[in-house]
Amino acid sequence: MNYIASIGSYFIMIRELFKKPTKWSIMKSLILKEIDELVFGSLGIIIFISFFIGGVVTIQTALNLTNPLIPESLIGFAARQSVILEFAPTFTSIIMAGKVGSYITSSIGTMRVTEQIDALEVMGVNSLNYLVFPKIIALMLYPFAIAIAMYVGIFGGWVAGVFGGFTTSASYIEGIQLDFIPYHITYAFIKSIIFAFVIATIPSFHGYYMKGGALEVGKASTTAFVWTSVAIIILNYVLTQLLLG
Amino acid sequence: MIEVNNIHKSFGDSHILKGISTSFEKGKTNLIIGQSGSGKTVFLKCLLGLFTPDEGTISYNGNIYDDLSASQQRNLRQEMGMVFQGSALFDSLTVEGNVMFPLEMFTKQSKSEMQDRVDTVLKRVNLIDAHHKFPSEISGGMQKRVAIARAIVMNPKYLFCDEPNSGLDPKTAILIDNLILEITKEYDITTVINTHDMNSVMEIGEKIIFLKNGHKEWEGTNKEIFKTDNAAVTDFVYSSELFKKVRQMYIEERN
Ligand SMILES: Nc1ncnc2c1ncn2[C@@H]1O[C@H](COP(=O)(O)OP(=O)(O)OP(=O)(O)O)[C@@H](O)[C@H]1O
Ligand SMILES: [Mg+2]
Repeated sequence: MNYIASIGSYFIMIRELFKKPTKWSIMKSLILKEIDELVFGSLGIIIFISFFIGGVVTIQTALNLTNPLIPESLIGFAARQSVILEFAPTFTSIIMAGKVGSYITSSIGTMRVTEQIDALEVMGVNSLNYLVFPKIIALMLYPFAIAIAMYVGIFGGWVAGVFGGFTTSASYIEGIQLDFIPYHITYAFIKSIIFAFVIATIPSFHGYYMKGGALEVGKASTTAFVWTSVAIIILNYVLTQLLLG
Repeated sequence: MIEVNNIHKSFGDSHILKGISTSFEKGKTNLIIGQSGSGKTVFLKCLLGLFTPDEGTISYNGNIYDDLSASQQRNLRQEMGMVFQGSALFDSLTVEGNVMFPLEMFTKQSKSEMQDRVDTVLKRVNLIDAHHKFPSEISGGMQKRVAIARAIVMNPKYLFCDEPNSGLDPKTAILIDNLILEITKEYDITTVINTHDMNSVMEIGEKIIFLKNGHKEWEGTNKEIFKTDNAAVTDFVYSSELFKKVRQMYIEERN
């Protein structure tokens, strides 16, 4: 497909999905279901990954700090900075693009190939609003998941640092409190919200407009993952330049 | 009553419907037959308003679809029920949830009113003990019944069925056909059915339209179709060995 045309239809989709809203009583239960599926259902993997990434970052930093003039608290400081600024918001989002994104593409794509979307349209339901809008709203809770990822990542760093004998608990804690800039948290949350929107909408786009059968559903999931990741990486660069640069 | 006037539909370079005109009467089962790929589904989706014809008009009880305002079109949509080729039931909802869906979406009925209506239509399609099952847990024939129940739950004036008995055994297929016929009579609905099942043609073909390569090749009733001399129709109708024999007997008897 022509890239420019796809980007155009993506934005048309975004406009359409806010039109002719579904009855609130129904929308409410859809949103709750998606929160359960997309956000709560992902906490396990987010916690798992954050813990180990935090640990690895700490070990790497400790191993590279051989100069005795540099204070040991720098280990905690480096772990905190990398977890808050990049690993929690960006790295987790790439994982979510795979987990949540492929779920979204395949569930909407299956509805497309089995004519369930046509069935909605025939009844006079705005299928984009019905299917995509609740996912966007549910993923607005994504920053909470990222906050958890930050805590767990820094905690993982402490566990790896202290029990691996790379640093002491006291200097790690001193490090994570060093020169704390609250705006960095704001920056990370702004990124997460925008990534959440991307994770909800790009996979939906690929599922909604797919053609073909079951095989194409699989292909659409893969394509959606690639484009979601690309969008996240580019937006990460642009947002960092805008917000911190 | 639906009147179709010279509709054309293309996708890119491929011209699928090439000027079809016909009409479908109220209280009758109208069949559209033709080979796979002849444009039956595309035609039906034009009648439903899912596809907009490139040319030509479709009118419902005298109102031309394109002349209606957006809200009138929406109201008209709610008078239509559709049974899709693969049933198209919502996987995430139970049988009951599927049938209740249009009521929840578009009416202000109370929970118990909706429940009554759902029970009535599920009973009408002879499904009494599957309320809480999911579509993946019931057979293809039952899925078709649920799809019919969902299509009629809002008391439609128009009922469209895309190959309602494909993938079913001959006995179940006839049951489904008869169910559609009865419902059509009972509620005085304008029903349009896509099929390539000759049993359906014989059983419920009150009016038949034969499509070939996007043209209307022939039109008539199930009495007439077995006597026509139109080569394309006879070729299609008698593609089965059984029917060939029947026709042979008919010709011998006549001579
Ligand atoms: N959305 C679409 N975009 C492009 N081409 C389409 C589309 N829908 C249908 N076609 C084409 O239109 C032609 C007619 O398809 P249609 O589905 O109407 O056939 P059919 O008569 O219903 O066949 P079957 O009996 O197999 O269901 C096919 O060649 C198909 O590829
Ligand atoms: Mg078809």
